[in-house]
Amino acid sequence: MATETTGQTASTCVGADGSAIGMPQLCFDWWPNQIFWLVLTLVVIYVVLSRVALPRISAVLAERAGTITNDIAAAEELKQKAKEAEEAYQKALADARAEAQRIAAETKAGIQAELDAEMEKADAEIAARTAESEKAIAEIQASAMDSVKDVAKDVAKDIVGAMGGEADGRTVTAAVNARLKGQAS
Amino acid sequence: MATETTGEESSLVFHPMDQFIVEPLFGNGPVSWYTPTNVTLWMALAVIGVILLLVLGTSRRAIVPNRTQSIAELAYGFVYKMVEDVAGKDAVGFFPYIMTLFMFIVFANFLGLVPTAFTTTSHFAVTVLLALAVFLTVTIVGFVKNGTKFLGLFWVESAPLLLRPILAVIEIISYFVRPVSHSIRLAGNLMAGHAVIKVFAGFAAIALVSPLSVLAITAMYGLEVLVAFIQAYVFTILTCVYLKDALHPSH
Repeated sequence: MATETTGQTASTCVGADGSAIGMPQLCFDWWPNQIFWLVLTLVVIYVVLSRVALPRISAVLAERAGTITNDIAAAEELKQKAKEAEEAYQKALADARAEAQRIAAETKAGIQAELDAEMEKADAEIAARTAESEKAIAEIQASAMDSVKDVAKDVAKDIVGAMGGEADGRTVTAAVNARLKGQAS
Repeated sequence: MATETTGEESSLVFHPMDQFIVEPLFGNGPVSWYTPTNVTLWMALAVIGVILLLVLGTSRRAIVPNRTQSIAELAYGFVYKMVEDVAGKDAVGFFPYIMTLFMFIVFANFLGLVPTAFTTTSHFAVTVLLALAVFLTVTIVGFVKNGTKFLGLFWVESAPLLLRPILAVIEIISYFVRPVSHSIRLAGNLMAGHAVIKVFAGFAAIALVSPLSVLAITAMYGLEVLVAFIQAYVFTILTCVYLKDALHPSH
């Protein structure tokens, strides 16, 4: 452990066989050299870092952060849009359904109204026909009654004539009428 | 520790400190301050490494980074967060300086792990300069930003009045010991690790012990990989802590 350090030439730090004498770290002959190159190295690294590397990396990092933020915002926006589209679709579906129901109801109502009208018309016709028929029947009945009266008068006159009586037309008619009325009531 | 050659085993020669010798790259002359030496070479490699990683690695400026850019961004985020969390938001202005320290130390440490490499950060000349630079920066910043209030760092307001002068002495001593511990911690760790590996390697000359020796070297190497990063991290985080003291001197 040799400790010769200061103020000696390089040869005192390195032995004749090329191996170190003591700690090369404490060979102060080499210090100026090391310090000079170290200062140069540090200055070069500092200049390179502060002028080129660090601004570039910080720009890249900022850009990436910005891109990520933008992408997230865009995704959020698209999500919102998708939601809106779905809502619009649901609304359209509901509207269509309501419309279909309305049209169905309308059609049904229209058909019902038509049907009612037709029904009414048919009823009226039926009623008219019935009335007509009744009238015809009444007429037929009336005419039949008249015929019966006539036949009865004639028969009564003939019978009275056959019985030998003088048949007074008016009396016979009155009698037949009375008789018919009594029968009828 | 220079040449420990035992009598009966002349093959067993330890030169664990030879790896730290500074020698000129060209020729065999004396080492003056401007001579290109192995220090120059390995520091230049560190600079090239930093440029490859942080400049060329990020040249694509991709939003989706490739591997190299990821590592560069990771390093950036790691140191930036450290500065912000430990030293405070107003210390962000010192970020390029601290990043420079961290990148240099990390690259120098890892390049030193390349077999036959020269480890620049195992030299006190390097670490003392780094630590002194931090110490001076912190002290100057402390006085410029806080004026005489910076001295409040040594005057513990929360302690009883009687104890304060004693504490002040302790605080002042600890403040001035900072650069010493700061520099010796880094250089000492690296030097010790590399020297131990070299000693184990020396034992590999004995056939009987060599498997164990190789195993020990492997284990030490793994440990040294950890140490290389941890020491860079420790140096950087301590710089941040000292910077925090300078910016916010209250206890």
